[in-house]
Amino acid sequence: MINKLLCTTAVLLALAGCSRSDPNLNQTGANPDLPGLNQTLVPPMKIATPIGWDGETPTVPDGFVVTPMATDLQIPRQILVLPNGDILIAEGSGGHAPKLRPKDIIAGVIKAKGKTSVKGGNRITLLRDANGDGQPEVRTTFIDNLDAPYGMAFVDGALYVAEQGALVRFDYQPGQTRITASRQEVTKLPSAINHHWTKSLTASADGQTLYVGIGSNSNIGERGLAVEQDRAVVWAIDRQTGAHRTFATGIRNPTALAIEPTTSALWAVVNERDELGPQLVPDYLTSVREGAFYGWPYSYWGQNIDPRVRPQNPDLVQSAIAPDYALGSHVAALGLSFATAGGFGGGFSQGAFIGEHGSWNRQDLSGYKVAWVPFSGGRPAGPPVDFVTGFIKDGEARGRPVGVTFDAQRRILLVADDLSNTVWRIAPRR
Amino acid sequence: MPAVAAFRERLNPFRGILMAFPIALFSSALISDIAYLKTAQMQWSNFSAWLIVGALVFGGLAGLWALIDLALSWRTPARRAAVIHLAALALAWVLGLINAFKHSQDAWSSVGAFGLTLSILSTVLILIAGWLAYSNSTVREIA
Repeated sequence: MINKLLCTTAVLLALAGCSRSDPNLNQTGANPDLPGLNQTLVPPMKIATPIGWDGETPTVPDGFVVTPMATDLQIPRQILVLPNGDILIAEGSGGHAPKLRPKDIIAGVIKAKGKTSVKGGNRITLLRDANGDGQPEVRTTFIDNLDAPYGMAFVDGALYVAEQGALVRFDYQPGQTRITASRQEVTKLPSAINHHWTKSLTASADGQTLYVGIGSNSNIGERGLAVEQDRAVVWAIDRQTGAHRTFATGIRNPTALAIEPTTSALWAVVNERDELGPQLVPDYLTSVREGAFYGWPYSYWGQNIDPRVRPQNPDLVQSAIAPDYALGSHVAALGLSFATAGGFGGGFSQGAFIGEHGSWNRQDLSGYKVAWVPFSGGRPAGPPVDFVTGFIKDGEARGRPVGVTFDAQRRILLVADDLSNTVWRIAPRR
Repeated sequence: MPAVAAFRERLNPFRGILMAFPIALFSSALISDIAYLKTAQMQWSNFSAWLIVGALVFGGLAGLWALIDLALSWRTPARRAAVIHLAALALAWVLGLINAFKHSQDAWSSVGAFGLTLSILSTVLILIAGWLAYSNSTVREIA
């Protein structure tokens, strides 16, 4: 039995072994190196076993301190800071994709090994740290009984929450620690299957439009292309009427949206497809151009054809544009927040913080950190820099970053960690 | 060894039942693979994936029986057929295992030319194994 197990393992390793990463490839920036397609019978996989922080903290650059602002959360995802400085944390887990193949069952078991065992809260928690010492005096459940809340935006005295199946509004009284107003549905969001269930949200600079990112219903169309109607898109929703138009398409899984402060342009971080090798396809940060097609599922990084999709669509591929800035393959970017009002100053004045949840589809763990992409004139200007690290220790995962939020009032960065169920607070050392 | 021969004959229905599964399932997977390649409808590929797994489960049990049968027929004229039967079955099973992984790839890659080839080979080999299983009865030896 043991022998059989060893043999099986050896065979699987042999099948996956021919797909090692080449450390010399530069997979970040505007023109990432793209190796050839490398499909293997078993995709290269490495799941970092969760071990927790054991009293330790992530690593931040010199001149900064990091402290846990809240622990024992129930799968924190995205963070929003209200005008009065109160911090909202969306907690939960969604998706109801049926398992269609033996693979779905096996992959589910494997990927669960890298996740928390805590059940998603389906709520929004409020933290109040009025004196700004990093220790909240108040912690309450702000809104309960939500359906996998993820994106949040605050506009004109109301909180907007993107649940996995609807965009909803809650009217808010300043200073409230618990919402009393009833929930108002702005519009339903596509939620059948919800293979990628997170609905990212941000408001336009003038507050009139709400942008919602809707992920694809599969890796690459393996659930059939019919279920991809209204998926892998960004919707622009009129805040008053709830009417929507499709703003951009072919954008596989836009997991966080944000407005760039100097140009007011919409930007997104997007998770690209798996199982083409350890270094395909790079996840990316991009400005979201109205009417643009970003390739999914037919092509990646512009017009590189993905042969797995049939029937192919060469005419549409001709219109595919390449994103602005690669973040690295399989880093799983889930958080995006621009530094505003001068950021932390110095090298961290203008740019974007990116929360990278971390990879499964490569042997060399990638992501598992918060990166900083410097900007100049509203465009990325230079290679990414590590900002928060230490999520991996000896190949095991202490945490996994999701949402990141820069709070200009307090000059802090908040990072949601959905493995250790913590929100980290990073502040300049006084 | 009349006792052993009688024992083999008494167990023969088990082999018949076990072999019926991989014979039917591998060949059905071949048909649904062809249907997928003709239509690009994912459901056909999903069917194939489960059919192949079913063929592996029952094919594995049939292989176990083929091993026992080989031991029992070691000193008889039936040995040659038993060896070929086991070899064909084992090869069909190994190719089926590779095909199960092939069918775990996404969309068109779940079948493609390689998956179809494996399905054809598994089907042909399992039919050979079945032919030998069903014709290699002790009746013939006695006659």
